[in-house]
Amino acid sequence: MNTILILEQSLNGLQFGLMLFLLAAGLTLVFGIMDMINLAHGSLYMIGAYLVATFSQASGSFWLGLGLGVLATVLVGVLLEYTILRRLYHRDHLSQVMGTFAILLMSNEIVRIIWGAQPLMLNPPAALAGPVMLMDGFSYPAYRLLIIGVGLAVALLLWLLVTRTRFGMQVRAGAANREMATAMGANVRRLFTLVFALGAALCAVAGGMLGPLLAVQVGMGESILILAFVVIVIGGIGSIRGALLGALLVGLVDTAGRTLVPLLFDKAMGPEVAANAGPAVASILIYVLMAAVLFYKPQGLFPAHD
Amino acid sequence: MTDTTAPQPAAAQATPAMQRSVFDHRLQPRFMLPLLALLIAFPLIAQATGEDFYIGVASRVLVFGLAAASLNFILGFGGMVSFGHAAFVGLGAYTVGLLMQQGISSAWLAWPLAMLMGAVFSLLVGAISLRTQGVYFIMITLAFAQMLYYLIMSFKALGGDDGLSLPSRSDISLGLDLAQDATFYYVVLALVSTSLLLMARVLNARFGHVLQAIKENETRMQAIGFPVYRYKLVAFSLAGAFAGLAGALLANQGSFVGPGMLQWTQSGILLIMVILGGVGHLYGGLLGAAVFLLLEEVLAAYTVHWQLGLGAVLLMVVLVAPNGLLSLRRGMWSKR
Repeated sequence: MNTILILEQSLNGLQFGLMLFLLAAGLTLVFGIMDMINLAHGSLYMIGAYLVATFSQASGSFWLGLGLGVLATVLVGVLLEYTILRRLYHRDHLSQVMGTFAILLMSNEIVRIIWGAQPLMLNPPAALAGPVMLMDGFSYPAYRLLIIGVGLAVALLLWLLVTRTRFGMQVRAGAANREMATAMGANVRRLFTLVFALGAALCAVAGGMLGPLLAVQVGMGESILILAFVVIVIGGIGSIRGALLGALLVGLVDTAGRTLVPLLFDKAMGPEVAANAGPAVASILIYVLMAAVLFYKPQGLFPAHD
Repeated sequence: MTDTTAPQPAAAQATPAMQRSVFDHRLQPRFMLPLLALLIAFPLIAQATGEDFYIGVASRVLVFGLAAASLNFILGFGGMVSFGHAAFVGLGAYTVGLLMQQGISSAWLAWPLAMLMGAVFSLLVGAISLRTQGVYFIMITLAFAQMLYYLIMSFKALGGDDGLSLPSRSDISLGLDLAQDATFYYVVLALVSTSLLLMARVLNARFGHVLQAIKENETRMQAIGFPVYRYKLVAFSLAGAFAGLAGALLANQGSFVGPGMLQWTQSGILLIMVILGGVGHLYGGLLGAAVFLLLEEVLAAYTVHWQLGLGAVLLMVVLVAPNGLLSLRRGMWSKR
């Protein structure tokens, strides 16, 4: 019973962590390379989820919907970068906060105008609707396993892209020292448009994959955006490796906290305290984690700038 | 024998009256006094024209103006970008709510206690956060605000998700009935203007000058021998106290406290108000709060999709007036 619980929660944590990684990867590169705080990153996640849900419903195929939705989100992202964000790169962080917060407000409202205030339903592919028997007496939803698989595959692809290609080399150079990278001949502006498109695609994959598990609704990007920021700050801004490790850490700690803390409290202090304080302590665990990491390593675990 | 070409002694040259530091901020009476007169006359005008509703709106604007001004105090003059300021506001609000629930409605107890709670919590947050810098400071203040948010939301005694409805406004006695919107407005106006005067006084004092010098060049101030950390911490905690007061007034204004007050988007909105009005301008927070809330009010009257308009206006301000609306005024003056 106990091993099964731990196994199940670990898988849940892994799944959540990988999806967080998809969001955090784009965010950390944008932050690392252009020194840009983008509060509208969560909006791309929301728009991605809506587009995937819409294309899936229209085409009747989840996979076709996912593909089209990702492409459309990339278009939206590039358009956003080209028209507005570009003007904010050379401004201070406060202007960026205000500008991207304005975009966040506007995209929430535009989504509400187009799709209405009701949450959208997105069904997982029929073949994956049921559970899979992993061990004797332990079955796990097939769709969640798929998310883990997709997350791992995307993480691997991203790792290959960043460590094995010319594009990745320029990205790493840009994150470590933008001026030097420019001086050495990297076209940081074009590079950034590409990074932003990549970030938008990752957002859409995360939004589309999580769509069937959560409700696709206005404002869904806001809470997860904060988690993504927590991830990149823990991992070290501009570092893909840090984002992956930070995301897995946050995913596991959050999931484990939600199951284990109420159990522990129940054993130690009785059910009444557990029901009251358990969820609170579980929710704040990751913020305690972040504060602790920053306290000992103010630059995060894997700083990209040295 | 005196040499007339020799420079005068330094002491004679720099009389105290002439020693105006670049860090001094004048209250600008010719701008402030008419504004104050208008604010004092406002309820009378509103009642005369039968638009009583706007007295409540004006109270709200003033309260948010105080919250934004307290953020501007550390952000604009101390360079500390706190992304958790709503936590201090919310804490002040919940102090009033919780006391009221226990049957204690005296404003004389609840409001100072709200300030104390804001000050103590911000002292704790600041003591840890101020060890970091820049973006990391932003994130760690946010982290503490989130902790408080989840903590408050999960306690049943505090109403959880639903918050607490207050049976009445605080009791200030003195023959003043705060249930009257106009009376409440005047109390708020008195408290907000006193707070602003206090902030201006602190900024023009030696403490404020040191704080602003730290913002300009922290390393140098450290090297000269100023206890930079302590100065920043005191300022941070002072801002927390004013935010706590704003929270107490906010709870009274709407007769409600809820976890929504502590959400990170609320901290974001306070930041937006400051940036909108003008970072480091004495009246920046107040102006930003007024413009933001009035825009919200006006746009909401026309369309349910007012956030779209609000976002568009904010975006335009960022692109056109990089340093806030008050920088526009300075720009127009210098062109003259």
